[in-house]
Amino acid sequence: MEYTIYILLLPLFTFIFIGLLSNKLSHKTAGIIGTISLTIITILSYMTAFEYFTTQKINGVYQTIVPFNQLWLNLGANLHIDLGIMLDPISVMMLIVVSTVSLMVHIYSLGYMKGEVGFQRYYSFLSLFTFSMLGLVVATNIFQMYIFWELVGVSSYLLIGFYYTKPEAVAASKKAFIVTRFADLFFLIGILILSFFTQTFDFGILMSGDGSIFNSAIGTTFIGGSVLTWAMALIFVGGAGKSAMFPFHIWLPDAMEGPTPVSALIHAATMVVAGVFLVARLFPIYIGFTPEVLHGIAYVGAFTAMFSAIIAIVQTDIKRVLAFSTISQIGFMMVALGVSGYEGHEGLGYMSSMFHLFTHAMFKALLFLGAGSIIHAVHSNEMNQMGGLRKYMPITHLTFLIACLSISGIPPFSGFFSKDEILTATFNFSNGLGIWMTVVAFLTAFYMFRLYYNIFWGKEYKSENGHIPHESPISMTFPLIFLAAVTLVSGFIPFGKFVTADRAEYIIHLDWTVATISISVAIIAILLATALYRKPSNIPSKIVSKTKGLYKAAYHRFYIDEIYLFITKSVIFKGISQPFAWFDRHIIDGAMNGLAWITNWTSLKIRGFQSGQVQWYAYVFLLGTLLITILAIAI
Amino acid sequence: MDFSDFLYMRSELSLLIVVIFLLLYDIIAGKKSMVYFQPIAIVLFAIHTIVTIIPYGTGEAFGGMYQNYPMMTVVKSILNIATFIVFLQAKNWFDTDKFKNERGEFYFLTLITLLGMYFMISSGNFLLFYIGLEMASIPMATLIALDKKNLKSAEAGIKYILSAAFSSGIMLFGISYIYGTSGTLYFNDLPQLIHNTDPLQIMGFVFFIVGLFFKISLVPFHLWTADVYEGAPTNVTSYLSVVSKGSASFVLMTLLYKVFVNLIVEWQTILFWIIIISITLANLFAIRQKNMKRFLAFSSISQAGYILLGIIGGTAYGMTTLVYYIFVYVFSNLAAFGVISTIENKSGKLNIDEYKGLYSTNPILSFVMMLAMFSLGGIPPFAGFFSKFFIFSAAAQQGFYLLVIIAVLNTIISLYYYLLVIKAMFIEHNEKPIPAIKSDTYSNVGLVICSAGILLVGIFSFFMESINQYSFGI
Repeated sequence: MEYTIYILLLPLFTFIFIGLLSNKLSHKTAGIIGTISLTIITILSYMTAFEYFTTQKINGVYQTIVPFNQLWLNLGANLHIDLGIMLDPISVMMLIVVSTVSLMVHIYSLGYMKGEVGFQRYYSFLSLFTFSMLGLVVATNIFQMYIFWELVGVSSYLLIGFYYTKPEAVAASKKAFIVTRFADLFFLIGILILSFFTQTFDFGILMSGDGSIFNSAIGTTFIGGSVLTWAMALIFVGGAGKSAMFPFHIWLPDAMEGPTPVSALIHAATMVVAGVFLVARLFPIYIGFTPEVLHGIAYVGAFTAMFSAIIAIVQTDIKRVLAFSTISQIGFMMVALGVSGYEGHEGLGYMSSMFHLFTHAMFKALLFLGAGSIIHAVHSNEMNQMGGLRKYMPITHLTFLIACLSISGIPPFSGFFSKDEILTATFNFSNGLGIWMTVVAFLTAFYMFRLYYNIFWGKEYKSENGHIPHESPISMTFPLIFLAAVTLVSGFIPFGKFVTADRAEYIIHLDWTVATISISVAIIAILLATALYRKPSNIPSKIVSKTKGLYKAAYHRFYIDEIYLFITKSVIFKGISQPFAWFDRHIIDGAMNGLAWITNWTSLKIRGFQSGQVQWYAYVFLLGTLLITILAIAI
Repeated sequence: MDFSDFLYMRSELSLLIVVIFLLLYDIIAGKKSMVYFQPIAIVLFAIHTIVTIIPYGTGEAFGGMYQNYPMMTVVKSILNIATFIVFLQAKNWFDTDKFKNERGEFYFLTLITLLGMYFMISSGNFLLFYIGLEMASIPMATLIALDKKNLKSAEAGIKYILSAAFSSGIMLFGISYIYGTSGTLYFNDLPQLIHNTDPLQIMGFVFFIVGLFFKISLVPFHLWTADVYEGAPTNVTSYLSVVSKGSASFVLMTLLYKVFVNLIVEWQTILFWIIIISITLANLFAIRQKNMKRFLAFSSISQAGYILLGIIGGTAYGMTTLVYYIFVYVFSNLAAFGVISTIENKSGKLNIDEYKGLYSTNPILSFVMMLAMFSLGGIPPFAGFFSKFFIFSAAAQQGFYLLVIIAVLNTIISLYYYLLVIKAMFIEHNEKPIPAIKSDTYSNVGLVICSAGILLVGIFSFFMESINQYSFGI
């Protein structure tokens, strides 16, 4: 499967090509080049998936294959960094997800970004992102993953800040970069600890099932835990940063300042699930050697899922609602991984997490693209400026409804199947966690339909200047229809056949007790939302005034941003940075100015000697020689 | 006499053939065929470069007088590549009417100095070494003064020859002490006869070694550098800063490794202080320079300090990193000089202030200059980052942590002045920027080679690995 290398080279080449020629290409050419390149990548990804899943199964177990691996940097006797491509069920699955969503976003952007300044730059950055994300998922070793991990962060930064003349966008891009970069620091430390003790970066060796390489890491303890526990926990912190887990979730809502298709691609379907992918990639180590970290991941996921679902209920900006919903759904995936075992039925959590990653990527991208289509029509992100749009935008309406039903967990839409498996796995782990997550599922259905009714029903849309919203062009509705179709059918994919923790086939069968509970919970939530929001009424505002404190806290996202601001502004800036700045300004700069003055003075003096006086050079030369001689003889 | 010894000297012989051919061509050819002189010279030299790269017999010849090891061939090839790029960039210069008649001399003299460096690198005896050294420096003074009507160029030439003569004198004095105390000049016999208990030998060693410090232009033997770099024609300066410096650094390393191995404590201490002083002082001076060539002169002094970091550990890995550093330095520095010489030849501008707003009129040249500055400053992912990283790790592996910390701090200072150039080109505005320049194909090819080197040599591990397989330690 040597052709897989082109999956990486093609987007890189496209990025360089469009990036370098951006001024010479017209908008249309740049967009078409980007889209064609991505079409080829998508075709190659599907070919890879087909070939992999049909031929690489030996004794019922999928093999890991490495079609390409090149030594890149040698660090001492054992450690070396390679760059290559590794194919196993999850990386192949991610190839499909990334290329499909990316292709849809490329097509969608042809319409959505039409006429924007910097259109070519936008497409070159999209290619850069696609390259980085694909490189991340096929990484053969954890260091390559880290390199692409950072590249993904950079391209996300560039795309969030695409409207660089808008101060909010610039602030948001900085925030996203700094928060994730801060978490990545822990990731890097984790990698360094892990590789120091195991003497390898290679996933193949780390996951070979041979536990002896971890012996020294397990044997060394550090503040109440083995070094391996620390390393794996730190690595998860990196994953939590990218996947916006509490308390690193603060960057994701702000990242919505970027163009909406970018939110769909990066902040809903691909980059934000990198943390989930990371945990899944290292799952054999987590489950085999540090189950306590894995359980910690489950609790972090569960808390984040509930926390952000509550916030999502009261947000009024439709993209923010979707952003918090994304955080909540990633919480679901993390929980599923955290409660999972390894073999056979035990591994249900792993399978369902990957399944949910897949279905969520599709329907969440659909939701975002739908939101983009709505914003395109009414030129606003605020719910209260919408309402009754179903008449004007039938396609957007229908596809958005399908996605809402899917995320709420109504059969036969894809979200039902994956979420149901997650709940089953959670109930198998503990009833308490199961009930907790069921409550989150209830909230999910409620806030999604609150959103849906507020946009498409409720009060009639009125515009001050007589602007009538209209359906978006074909380039934007085609991706919506395509993704809606995927959402309709992907629930029926026998996912256990392809992706499982132990890579052996696993037959999914629905647990009807759990399924009944989850369906009824979702239906109750939807009915409640219907009652409250379908027609304009004053009940919601009454509820708000009754629960003023809670509402306000949730609306302000429980003041987490303010806490961060307090810590950075009052503690770090005032307590640490200001003394340092003073030191820098007065002591260091003073010393530097002094040095510069001395330099100035000496060079002035030397210049005085320099006009033609070679004897001065000879004099210094001789003096230097004699000094060195004395130095050498003295020791 | 056994003529098979000449087989080891393939690179020298092939270069000699090129030199003689070009000399005869210059004398015999009429005005019409002189038009083809430069293309022919460049093609011939390219052939010579390829001939040298192809591996051939290694060993010792003429009773140990001449040595050839694979690593030496690698270094000679790197020097060839550098010279080749310099030739490409010089084409433009000799198309001007003023220098039309000097082109024969330029190529002849440059190649003679290159031949001298070959002998210096491959020598197995102080005598051959000294002949090589002089062969490399006396024609160099002529090259520096090639623009003889220009007072600055002439002054630079005379300064160079006087300083070089002085340094040679001290060096010869040192060699005589080494000979006097040991009774031999052969590199193979010397290690057993040199002891760190004998002050006379240490003195001889120091006197000898400062001659090389002069060639590499380390502080405090660097005073000639700024004047000469500024006064010499730009293409000669680039040759001087890359080829001359690179060869001398490598020779210094082989001599310290092979001949003066017993004095390791002494030379490690000497290098320790020389590195600190060179990097720091040169950086402080570079900040204040207004002229691009003077600026690069001080930058090259601090780069020389970094190069020595590869030697101080005395390991095979150190040798790899040193050769790799030189290899990368060739591309980075020649890219910078390529841009400078193109601009100088077409507009006569040389000051950093005059580079303001260059991006608006000459985006490609500014871009290449930016690559060069980033690479010299050591910013990833450009090659300069990797070469610095490796050379630091070579020193750190042997426990020179303090030295590495000082060197790293100095890269921050150096970044400041490298970025000043970028700031001038990209950010600052200018009422009358240098007008758009159309450079010729030859220098374009040179710039493309340099840019490709800066972008690719770091990322592909092939270069580092292939250098690594030939290196040796103490």
